Amino acid sequence: TKAYRYFAQGYRAERVTSEKLCRAQHELHFQAATYLCLLRSIREHVALHQEFHGKGERSVEESAGLVGLKLPQQPGGKGWEP
Amino acid sequence: RKRFYQNVSITQGEGGFEINLDHRKLKTPQAKLFTVPSEALAIAVATEWDSQQDTIKFYTMHLTTLCNTSLDNPTQRNKDQLIRAAVKFLDTDTLCYRVEEPATLVELQKNEWDPIIEWAEKRYDVEINSSTNIMGPSIPARTREVLISHLASYNMWALQGIEFVVTQLKSLVLTLALMDLRLTVEQAVLLSRLEEEYQIQKWGNIEWAHDYELQELRARTAAGTLFVHLCSESTTVKHKLLQQ
Repeated sequence: TKAYRYFAQGYRAERVTSEKLCRAQHELHFQAATYLCLLRSIREHVALHQEFHGKGERSVEESAGLVGLKLPQQPGGKGWEP
Repeated sequence: RKRFYQNVSITQGEGGFEINLDHRKLKTPQAKLFTVPSEALAIAVATEWDSQQDTIKFYTMHLTTLCNTSLDNPTQRNKDQLIRAAVKFLDTDTLCYRVEEPATLVELQKNEWDPIIEWAEKRYDVEINSSTNIMGPSIPARTREVLISHLASYNMWALQGIEFVVTQLKSLVLTLALMDLRLTVEQAVLLSRLEEEYQIQKWGNIEWAHDYELQELRARTAAGTLFVHLCSESTTVKHKLLQQ
């Protein structure tokens, strides 16, 4: 991927530089670590979101089921429905 | 919203680097052309778009959001206002607000936060006080001036990022530490959430709340930090002169 190539290029360029550009090396490493943190935490966040927050509202049937009730069946409809 | 594009690519235009979704140029919420000044930043944004699968999860695309904020400037703030907003946080900086009890938390705050305050004081040659009372720390005027002038050396884009991180971490000092590579994102987030982490250790962790918040804060802080660095870097390759 492009992002990988950006860092790989950066690291390769760093290899032939002198001591004076040591700070740049440190910066690139920090950037890479920060980017990794970004990718990882987004992945975790999405996973947690799916697991705990993504299900949406329960249907009436499900809610009834939670407390051990079952919705009544009325084959003829409720009478007041159009 | 469903992913409506196959390929994501980057092109270089007059204003900077542009993102293309198939043949369409990406635009900001205010319909401006989406251009970024740094190629590295463009790559990272393109990666955000390319990582989306069936549905586009905008809430995960922090770098794109930061770029949009910089391009549209919806709060209509100028450089001066952004800087003042960031420095104002010092009055309520997390690292400066100490509890008086329990003793173990007081100790923890001292051990974890004091070194960073000392680092900032030394690095910027300023005085930053911590306080236990509800009025907060008293920050000397000189400290404010020095930090304002330091922040003024950043460009508008970088400042949007800085102000964003300060708001997330509730601390200017932690943000400065991140910008100066003194702390990693994970460390800064931990220090920002020191009291929460302390309570979690004591009372237990609730995955769907605590971890959720932790990961979100990490993601936003990482994005903001990366954004600032990519907007303020200038990589020039200087060739060494061969001396015979």
